[in-house]
Amino acid sequence: MKPIYIHSAAVISAQDSFRNDEPLEFHPILEEKAGAQHPNYSDFIAPGMARRMAPAVKMGVATAKKALSDVSLSRPDAIITGSGMGCMQDTEKFLNTLMENKEAYLTPTAFIQSTHNTVGAQIALELGCHGYNNTFVHGSLSFESALLDAQLYLMEHPKANVLVGGVDELGIEFVGNVLQIEQGNPEGIRVPLGEGAGFMSVSHEKSTAGIAVNGIRTQRIVEERQIAALLKSFLEDHDTKLSEIDSLFTGHNGDGFDRYYSKVTSLFPTTEITKFKQFCGEFHTASAFGLWMAYELLKKHDLFIDENELNKNNTYKKVLLYNQLKGKNHSFMLLSQC
Amino acid sequence: MTNNIAITGMGIVSSIGTSLETNRKSLLQATSGLGQLQKINSIHASEIKVGEVALSNSEISAALKLPPNHNFTRTALLGSLAAKEALVHASIEDITAARTGFISATTVGGMDKTEIHFKEFNGNPAVQKYVASHEAGDSTQKIADQLGITGFTTTISTACSSAANAIMLGARMIRAGQLDRVVVGGTDALSKFTINGFKSLLLLSDEPCAPFDANRKGLNLGEAAAYLVLESSAAASGKKVLAYLSGYGNTNDAHHQTASSPDGTGAFMAMQKALEISNLSPAQIQYVNAHGTATPNNDLSESVALQRLFGDLMPYVSSTKGFTGHTLAAAGAVEAVFSVLMLQEQSIFPNLNFKTAMPETGLVPVTRVTAATLKNVLSNSFGFGGNCASLIFNTA
Repeated sequence: MKPIYIHSAAVISAQDSFRNDEPLEFHPILEEKAGAQHPNYSDFIAPGMARRMAPAVKMGVATAKKALSDVSLSRPDAIITGSGMGCMQDTEKFLNTLMENKEAYLTPTAFIQSTHNTVGAQIALELGCHGYNNTFVHGSLSFESALLDAQLYLMEHPKANVLVGGVDELGIEFVGNVLQIEQGNPEGIRVPLGEGAGFMSVSHEKSTAGIAVNGIRTQRIVEERQIAALLKSFLEDHDTKLSEIDSLFTGHNGDGFDRYYSKVTSLFPTTEITKFKQFCGEFHTASAFGLWMAYELLKKHDLFIDENELNKNNTYKKVLLYNQLKGKNHSFMLLSQC
Repeated sequence: MTNNIAITGMGIVSSIGTSLETNRKSLLQATSGLGQLQKINSIHASEIKVGEVALSNSEISAALKLPPNHNFTRTALLGSLAAKEALVHASIEDITAARTGFISATTVGGMDKTEIHFKEFNGNPAVQKYVASHEAGDSTQKIADQLGITGFTTTISTACSSAANAIMLGARMIRAGQLDRVVVGGTDALSKFTINGFKSLLLLSDEPCAPFDANRKGLNLGEAAAYLVLESSAAASGKKVLAYLSGYGNTNDAHHQTASSPDGTGAFMAMQKALEISNLSPAQIQYVNAHGTATPNNDLSESVALQRLFGDLMPYVSSTKGFTGHTLAAAGAVEAVFSVLMLQEQSIFPNLNFKTAMPETGLVPVTRVTAATLKNVLSNSFGFGGNCASLIFNTA
C-alpha cells in the first residue's frame, strides 16, 4: 500500500509531551506505574463534560482535538482508534457497584462509558463527524491495526483526512493484579505499567512538513529465530536496506521476551536504539507514543533523553520501530522524511 | 462478480443451534432460542429472557480437546467452535497455503470469568490465569491458535456493530490485495456485566422481544459466535461459493452515546454507502435483515431510515433477534450467516412476535417463513457510540 503522511501528532503520556514547544525532554519513569501528566483539559473539553469523562476518554478527546487544531482541520473524514483495554476505570466501577449492590440500584453511566468504542464515539460526537469510525482492541497491536486501517481507508479515499490514534488508561484495581503477576514472575515486565493517548492527522498528501509512514507490518505469531528474517522481508518490501535505518525504536520492557528485541538489534550494531517504554511505561498502545517520538525526531525537533540529545546533527532520514508483547503481536513501522 | 468477495464457509453457535445446519433448521421451522437464564446466577433471571447457547463450557472444552488447566473464557470457547466449523465448511485444510488473516469482534472479551474472579485476582494463584484472558484481544488470539492462523490478526470492538465491521475490514483487506482469504466474525458470551448494564439502561424486555411492534418492550440479550470465510475471486476459483459480499458502509450517527438519532442519520448513511460500493440502487435490494433490537428507540430510528432510503419501494424486512436475542458483538456475523442462508434457501426468515405496526412508520416486517426471489440482501448492525454498519450480500 502507498505511504501515508503524518501532519500532526498530539500525545499525553507520563512525560511532558502535550505541547508544541521544544525541547522535548524524556526521563525514565522509576515508579511502578507511569501515570499520565494530565494537561488542563478545559482548553479542549467543556469542564462539565470533562468531569464525567474517564481518563481514557479525556486523553483521547484532547489529543484528537489538538492533532486536528495543529493542522487547522475542524473535522476529519474518518476516526480510527486503538485501545487494548478500553475504558478500564468505568469497567471496574460498574463491576464493583454490581457486586457491592448485588445487582440492585445500578445506574448506567459507568456501563455506557465502559465500552471499548467510547473514545472513538466521543470524538465523533464532539466533532459531529458522521464518517468512518472504527475501534481496534487487539492487545499490543491495537494502535498498529488502527494505523493499517487508516492506510487502507486512504487507499480507498485518496483525498481523505484520517484521525488515527491509540489510548489506554491505567485504571485502578485490575492494573494491580497485572503488576502483582509481573513482579512475581522472574521473567516479568520490569518497566512501569503506563497509560496515555496519541492521536495523529494523516493523509495521502505529501507535504514538506509531513513525515511518511512507509509501511506497517503486523504478525501475530513468529518464532524467535524467524524475527530477523521477517524484518528483512519487511524492509525489502519497502526498498530499504538495514544500513539506511538511522534510528531504531524498540518496545523493550525488561521481560524474558526481550530476547526478540536482541535478535533485531543485533542486525543494527552501530545504530542508535531508543527503548521507548522506559519513558511511557508498558501498555497496549504504547507504540503510539513510540511512533510519536520517532515522528518528532524526524521533524528535527530537539529531543533530549536526560542530557543526551537525539539526532543532534539533524541528519536522520529513516526510523524503524519494532514492538511486541510477551512474544506475540509483533509490529514493524517504517517512517521517513518526505 | 469478479470484484466481489466470495463467501466459501460459515460456522455458527447460537441459542438456536450449535452448528450451521441446526441453525438453518431452527430458522426454517421458526423455532426461537429465547428462554430462561440458566447458566448465570442473576437476581434478574425471572424478569428477563435470554438466548443462551445450550453447550456448557466443559462440553465445548471437551469438543475442542483443550488441556484441563486452560484459561479459555466462554467468549473464546464459543468463538473457537464456530470459527473451526467455518474453516471446515470452506474445505480449507492447509491454512498456510494462502495469505490467511483473522478478524474477530467482541465487546465483553473475558468478562464472564473476570466478573466471577475479580476479587480473587489479588492473591489467588488458581484464578490469576484469568487476568490475562480479560482483554478483548485474548479471545481472538486463542481462536487464531485453534485455526493455525499466525499472520494478520486483529480484533474490533464497536459495540453492537462490531462483527459487521470485522466482516467489512476483511473484505477491504482482500480488495486491497493484502490478503487472499480471511476468517471474519465475532463472539460474545452472556455475562452478568452486560445483563446488568442493559438492565440499568431499562432496555431489557421481560418477554420474548417483538421487533418493530408498536408495543415492543425492549431487547433480549443472547450469546453467540459466528464466522465466515471470505476469499478473493482468485483464491475461491473452482470452489463452491455460498454467496458474495459486494457492499459495505460504516458511519457514525454522532447523535448520542446510547441513543439513535430520530431521523436515523447514521443508519441511512451506512445503507447508502453500502449501496454505492456495491453499485446497486435501493430498488435492487429484495430484503433487509434489520438490526431491529426491539428497543423503542432503535426500531423507530431504523424504520425511519429505511423509509428515507427505500420510500415506496420497501423491500421485505425482518429482524431475526426474536430467534437469538441480541448477541452484541456477534450479531453482525450471526445475521450475515442468516442472510447467506436466506439467499441459499430463497426464503425469508421471519420477524418473530410481531403483531401491530408502530403508528409512527407503519412498517410491517415479514412474520412467517416466506419464499421469495432473493438476489441482493442488506444487513444492518448499529451500536452504542453511534457506530452504524451495513453489509450487502448477493446470490452466488
